[in-house]
Order: sequence, then C-alpha cells, then structure tokens
Amino acid sequence: MISWYVTQASSYAADVDDLFLLIALIVGAFFLAAEFVLLWLIVKFRARPGVKARYITGEKTSETRWVNYPHYLVLVFDILIVAAALRVWSEVKIDLPPAEERVRIIAQQWAWTFVHAGPDGKLDTADDIRTVNVLNLQVNRLYHYELHSKDVLHSFSVPAFRLKQDAVPGRAIVGWFRPTVIGEFDLQCAEICGIGHGLMPGRVRIRSAGAHAAWMEMAPRMPQLASVTPAMPATGAPASFAARAASVEASAERERGNR
Amino acid sequence: MEVPTGRLAIWWVLASETVVFGGLLGSYIMMRLRHGAWADQAANTNTWAGAFNTLVLLTSSLSAVLAHQAAERADGPKAARLLRYTILGGGVFLMVKAFEWTHEIGEGFTITSGLFWSFYYTAAGLHAAHVVAGMVIMFIVSLTAARNEELHRVENVGIYWHFVDVVWIFLFPLLYIAK
Amino acid sequence: MSELAVHPAGHHDQGFVKTYLWSTDHKVIAMQYLFTGMLMALIGGFAVYVFRMQLAFPGQSVPLFGRVSAGQYNSLVTMHGTIMIFWVAMPVLLAAFGNYLIPLMLGCDDMVFPKVNRLSYQIFLLSAVVLVASFVVPGGAFGGAWTAYPPLSANAVYNLTRYGATVWVVAVALEFVAFLLGGINFVTTAMNSRAPGMRMFDVPIVVWMIVIASILFMASVGPLLAGAAMLFFDQVLGTGFYDPATGGDPILWQHLFWFFGHPEVYVVLLPAMGIVAEIIPVFSRKKLFGYRTIVYTAVATGVISFFVWAHHQFVAGIDPRMASLFTITTLIISVPIAEMLFVYIATLYGGSITLTTPMLWALSFVAEFLLGGVTGIFLGAAGADIYLHDTYFVLAHFHYTFFPIAIIGAFAGITFWFPKMFGRMMDERLGKIHFWVTIIAFNFIFIPLFMTGAAGDHRRIFDYSGFPDLATPGLQRLRIIATMGLVSLLAVQPVFFFNFIRSMVRGRVAGANPWRANTLEWSAPSPPPHGNFAELPEVYRGPYEYSTEDREEDFWPQHVPDDSPAPAPAATAVGWR
Repeated sequence: MISWYVTQASSYAADVDDLFLLIALIVGAFFLAAEFVLLWLIVKFRARPGVKARYITGEKTSETRWVNYPHYLVLVFDILIVAAALRVWSEVKIDLPPAEERVRIIAQQWAWTFVHAGPDGKLDTADDIRTVNVLNLQVNRLYHYELHSKDVLHSFSVPAFRLKQDAVPGRAIVGWFRPTVIGEFDLQCAEICGIGHGLMPGRVRIRSAGAHAAWMEMAPRMPQLASVTPAMPATGAPASFAARAASVEASAERERGNR
Repeated sequence: MEVPTGRLAIWWVLASETVVFGGLLGSYIMMRLRHGAWADQAANTNTWAGAFNTLVLLTSSLSAVLAHQAAERADGPKAARLLRYTILGGGVFLMVKAFEWTHEIGEGFTITSGLFWSFYYTAAGLHAAHVVAGMVIMFIVSLTAARNEELHRVENVGIYWHFVDVVWIFLFPLLYIAK
Repeated sequence: MSELAVHPAGHHDQGFVKTYLWSTDHKVIAMQYLFTGMLMALIGGFAVYVFRMQLAFPGQSVPLFGRVSAGQYNSLVTMHGTIMIFWVAMPVLLAAFGNYLIPLMLGCDDMVFPKVNRLSYQIFLLSAVVLVASFVVPGGAFGGAWTAYPPLSANAVYNLTRYGATVWVVAVALEFVAFLLGGINFVTTAMNSRAPGMRMFDVPIVVWMIVIASILFMASVGPLLAGAAMLFFDQVLGTGFYDPATGGDPILWQHLFWFFGHPEVYVVLLPAMGIVAEIIPVFSRKKLFGYRTIVYTAVATGVISFFVWAHHQFVAGIDPRMASLFTITTLIISVPIAEMLFVYIATLYGGSITLTTPMLWALSFVAEFLLGGVTGIFLGAAGADIYLHDTYFVLAHFHYTFFPIAIIGAFAGITFWFPKMFGRMMDERLGKIHFWVTIIAFNFIFIPLFMTGAAGDHRRIFDYSGFPDLATPGLQRLRIIATMGLVSLLAVQPVFFFNFIRSMVRGRVAGANPWRANTLEWSAPSPPPHGNFAELPEVYRGPYEYSTEDREEDFWPQHVPDDSPAPAPAATAVGWR
C-alpha cells in the first residue's frame, strides 16, 4: 500500500511494505468487524415503545465468551504481527551484511554532507569525495552508512528506501542499505532541528555501475578537511551493534578525554 | 483499609518525591557507570562532612520519632520541643553543606565544572531544598502542637522528615563514597 | 446561581470573589479548570488553524495572522501540541470532571483537602499564564516541538527561542506540580470518603478511572520533573546534562520524557473512557457489561504502560535489541484496551438505545478511537515504524486517539452533566448539529493525513515545495482537504458555545435527574448547593442497575433503600431549585 505512493528502491523496501500490508489486513478486518457490530447493535437495539432492555451483568461465562473470543483472537494476531515485525526490524537494524562500500553522512543545521569513499573504497583517504545535499550511489551495491550530527538531533530518512535513522551528536551510528532502482529520490531530515528543518531537503541519486564510475571520475576532489568527529576505528566494523557503538564511543572518549 | 487521610496524603507526596529523586539519581547512576573518570572528580568531595551530615540527619530523625511518641501521649509542648530539635538538626545540616559548597566552589568546582558536578549540585541542592521546606513546615506544626492542637500532624511531618533522611542515605554513598 | 449562596451548612452569602474566584468548593474549582481548559483550547485551536493554512497554501498570508515564517511555524506546532495535551486534555478530563464528579458520585460534601484543591488550581492557572506569556517574550514561543528534545531545546543558539524555551520548561513544570497536588485529593477522597454502604465495586467507573489515572500520573511524572530541572539548568546555567561535549546524553532526555509520556496518554484516556462508561448504560438502559473486567483491564493497562515507552524511540539510536523488547510490550498493551472497547460494545446488546447528544458523543468515541487504536499497531511494530516514524501517519494515529479523548470525551461529559452543573438542559437540536459537523469534519482532517503520511510526508515541515517527491498535486490536494476539514471543524464550534451559554441562562429547567440515572450525583439538586446533599446518602447497590428484572422502573438509583418499590424522589429536600 505504501508502494502506491512511493517507489521501492532498496532491497528491504518490499519487506517493510509487506509488513505494512499484513498489519493493514489484520487490523483492518478487526476494525471493520468491530465497527459493523457497533453499528448493528445501535440499530437493532434502538428504543422501542413497550420493549424493555435486558438485564445482563457480563459476569457469567456464557456472556463473557462473546468478548473473550475476540479478545483471544487479538492476542493471537498480535503475536503474529510481532513475529513479522521483528523479522523486518532485525533485517534492517540488527543485521549488518558485509559492506561493499561506505559512506559517511554528516547532518547539521541545515544541510547534509556526504563523504564517499572514492575509488579506493576506503573512507578517510585522499580520494574521498565530499558532496553536499546529494547522495550519489551505485545501484545494487551494499552500503554501510556512518551517521553523524554536528549540532542537534537530525534524522536521515529516505522514504524510497523505507529507511530512517536519527543522527545523534557525539555518536556515529552505523547501518546499511542496498539501492535496487536507478533514479532520484527524496532525502529528508525527519527530526525537528530548528527553523531550517524543512529547508534541508536532499536527493539520493542512484546510477548504474558505469554511470556511477563516471560520476566518481568527474567529481572534484576536496582537500581533506578536519574530521567532524574524533577519529573512527580504521578497519572494518565489529559484528554487533553494541560492539560497534562501544568501539566508536571508546575512541571518542579517548580523544575527548573526560572533564 | 482505612488509612487516616493525613497520612494517605503524606504517602502520596512521598511517592511522588520518590519518583522525582529516583529519576534524577537513576540518570546519575547510568551516566556515572559510563564515565569511569568521574571517580577522580568525586574524590574532591568531603567525605567527612558528608558522614557528619548523615549522623546529624539520623539524629534529627530520632528526635522526630520521639516527638511523635510525645504527641501520641498527648504531650503537645514536649512534641513541639522535640520538633524544634529536629529543625535544629536540619539547620546544622545546611550549615555544613554551606561550608562544603563554599570550599568546593572556591576550589573551582562549580555546577558547570563538569557533568559530575552538575549532578552533584543538582541532586544535593534538590535535597537541601526539601530540607528547608521540611524545616518550615515542621516549625508551623510545632506552633500548633505546642498548644496541644492538631497533634496528628506531628506524625505526618515526621514521616516526611524520615523521607528526607532516606534520600540522603542514598545520596551520600552515590556522591561521596563512590570514588 | 444564587443556590451557592444558600445551603444547609449555614454559611452566609460570600460575595462574588469568595464564591467564584477564591472558593474551596470542588464544583467551583471544577468549573475553573473547565473554563480555563476551554479557553486554552481556543488558543491551541487558533495555532493549528494558522499552521494548517500555511500547509494548504504555502507562503500565502493567513487571514487573522499574516505570513507564517519557518520559525513561527515551529513555535505554532510546539504550542499547539503542548497546549492541547497539558492545558486542555488534562484540566478538562482529569481536573474538571474529577473535581466535579468525585465528591458527588461518592456521596460526600467536598474533597478531603479543599484548600490544597484550591491551591492546585491556582498553580495551574499560573502555569497557563506563564505559558501564554511565552508568545510575547523576545524571540517568541518555544519552537522545539512539544517533545523538546535536546540539544535543540537546551541551547538557544540552536532553537533561536531562548526565552520561550525556558518559559516553556517552567510552565510545564508548574503544571506538573499542580496536577500532583490535585491528585492528592482524588485518591484520598476516593479511598476515605465514600458514602456508607458503597463498597469498592459500587463506585462508578469514571471515579475508578480518574483515581487510576492520578496514580499513573504521579508515578510517571517524577523522572520528567527531574529531567525538566536538568533541561532548565542546561538552558540557563550552561550545565551539560544533555550535551555530548561534556559527557552528557541527548537520549537521556528522551527516556525521561517518554517514560512519562507514554503513561500520560493513558492518564487522559482513562477518564475519557470513564465518562463514556457512565453515559452508555444510561442511554441504553442497560447494566454496564463486565464492571470488574473494566477495572482490572484499566489497572493492567496502567501497569503495562510503564513498559512501552521506547516505542517512541525505535530509530532514535537506542540499542536495536531493546527495540524488539518494546515491540512486544507495545503490542501486548493493545490487548486490555481492545477488551475495554469490546466490553463497551457488548453493553449495547439487548439495550434500549436513545441517541441523545451525550450518547452520540459516547458512541462516536468508541467508533473513532477504534481507528486510533488499530493504527497504533503499525507504529508499535518496529519494522514498520522505521518507515512511519515522524510521518503524518503517526500524527493521524495520535489524533484518532487524542481527539476522541480530549474533544469527544469532553463534549460527551459536558453535554451529559450540564443539566447537573447548571440546572438546565442544553438544546438537543443544536447539540446534534454540532456533533455531526464536528465528527464528519474530524474525519476529513485526518484520513487524508494517514495517506500523506504513508506517502512520506514527514512532520514539522512548514512547506513541502522543496521536496520533489512530496510536492505533487495529489498530495497537496490531500493537505488542502485536511485543512478544509479543520476550518469546518472550527467553524461549527461557535454553535456549541452558543448552545452552552444560552442554555445556562435560558435552557429548560432540568430537575435533579433528567436522564433517570442511578449514580449519586443525580440525587442531589441541580445545581448542587455548597455541601452537595441536604442529607448525605447511603448506598444500597452498584451504579448500573438498569432494567432489573421484577421491577417496573428501568432504573434503580444507588441511594434508594432495597425495600422501596419505586425510586425515591430525586430532589432530597424541598426548596432547592
């Protein structure tokens, strides 16, 4: 249903949409059934002269089962939805498939800076490409992003990817995506960040391998500016999110010292 | 379950205060666990002053208990006198605190010197504000108690004072001893 | 209302100020909360009118306001959210109805601590004045959203509303203190001042709900009060509780905020459900189905509500494994709430239903809240929330819960108890016109916003023109429909105010029990004098004995002794109007 409005441009977009559809079907059915029963009861039992209401306490089992059965059904469907939801959540936010390329995303009031790894595939080297507000990606390549903020909370949001992640100052948050469609899509800041919150739209430009390589060749190399945040661990991402976060924090602490 | 309304009200107040202090101290503990280096900052607090203040508060709670006992025996003037000893204890506590803080600020440790100190002054300051409030209310209660009126209030204000004591019992190790 | 000047306890005429402005009478205090809440609703309503006009016609001057700048937009959305939750929903549902109903429904003459009660309103009024003052301080009202996440909220360099931000924190903290004080009365009065013969399960559901809500509020607000003090110090003293540069943590605020914020929605939901639980039996002439079930599920909901808070923070940077846990707890909480709604629907079975204005509001609460509830499932399911977080889908969800709670619940309660409060009936025809237009308009506002949210419209954006995927004619049409719905909604509210005021003065005289209801407030005169009852009632049965078998009358008030064949006359003494 989301795909009626927004292209599915990442490898997990369809999974998110399917989850949405599953929930819509289940809760939709419950919703319509409940509304129907409500309206039917209002019509069927409207006041009529000479007809007295019944005396029903709702404490007898024969009465309560009418409420208990739908109630148990709610529980069953909840469990189903939880299972489906956690599967999608795990896929997007807990799993971290090996990276084919990395990109650093720096959010600030009120613009996005992207640091692409350049032809050597490594960040923080001389051939890094820095762009503002446009994220250039190659289709079908698995990216790890490393999300920073220079000032307040922002949120990296690409509806076409079905991806969102808040950017927190003082942290480098790692995640992944794999673009699957060539084209251009909106990039938003999805956490209120001041008066320019609506004035920092970005674009994601996804190209074929050849076109992306051509872009990389044309992109001006910018001199290595002082890094936004303390030095990141040089090699590879640790396996778990917690370890990831911890190692980033640890190096940040070491550099900052403690007051 | 019939609980006298005054006592119910005091327990309600205590419950809400517990969550306030709980939130503050919970946040402090979590941050402290993340910042091992805070132990170096905490070393600059005056453990002897803290320990002395603990003794002072405990003693003042004792006189509050004795005040309650006197009130139960309908001896209003005695209860009022014992309440005033409690107030005195509170006063001594505040004086020691003033001495501590003057010294620490003189050494350059202010509320903005670092996050440990921000928590230190906020938590101890919030507690001190409750000590002051308790002293004021206790004074008002002692005035009526001296005339043998509204003696049930002696117990209720005592319960409040014990709470102030208990909060300090948590604050002391968290701010002073954990080094 | 000269009744307030004449009453059995023998007090003399106290003059306007003592009677209406400095009173300790729970009914007067209730009215003070009600009118203050309604006034604040006008301000909150004006704010949303302005910013929705900006969204429908970006860049154009809004009638009665002018052009909306980006900064003003943020201030307007911030103040709208803040006002509607803390200065409309809370005072009207919890404080006004709680104060008015609890002593009357329990059969006593006032709250246990009348002076603390008066103080709580005064602090509340102060908090309202402080908040409204923030509109006129230099820099304007706070613009960091009602959630006030730091570092934006902690640092004026970021939010550009230095004074507004601090005034906002102070106002909210004062409001919290006011409600903590108010809660003392609700809980102690409910526990200790019940009429003789009124056992725990003879207490009307709305009283249960308000008491549980007060406890929920008290247990959850503490950490946020501490957090607000820390935010205040960050703003004013430059401490760094939430600043990563000093070792602080912006996410700490989020946890403190939402640990309160989630129980808070049940703090306002429960009283609204209580109001609905009082109305449905009266206008279906049927015993409330499963009284005990309702009480137990309300308590269960309250308890579980403490374990779901981080579903507001799924993508905030918390450990993703924690998110899994909170998905489970969040979906679990849907179970008791669904149960409560099913029980209300079940009450209608076998009833004899009249669709008076209060009943229309009560039934529409169920119909509309159902949509709010089911759309919450999308958001609680973490995998879907990755996409839906901070979109208008969230907004539509919480308006399908909050609007039934704060607006429908309020109108239900006001139209139902108006005869008791003012001794006169409201006009049914005007009431129905107001009802239908409000409900239809409400749906026209928020159904389109579910759609724009699913299409990617993110929140707190004053102009979508810069986003090519969102600046489409189709989506803009939906935004305009939503705004037109809002304008229609606001346009019909004068009908209610007209009805309210005219009925107060010229409505048909109500008598004590115009609805032929069972609970004790209907045995007091309309309006009740100072002291409420000439003789304090005794209770012989539960509150929902309607259409009992073997009796001619289809209602059986709680205070009527068992051996009476017919209900006692509703007015308890001659001479009260």
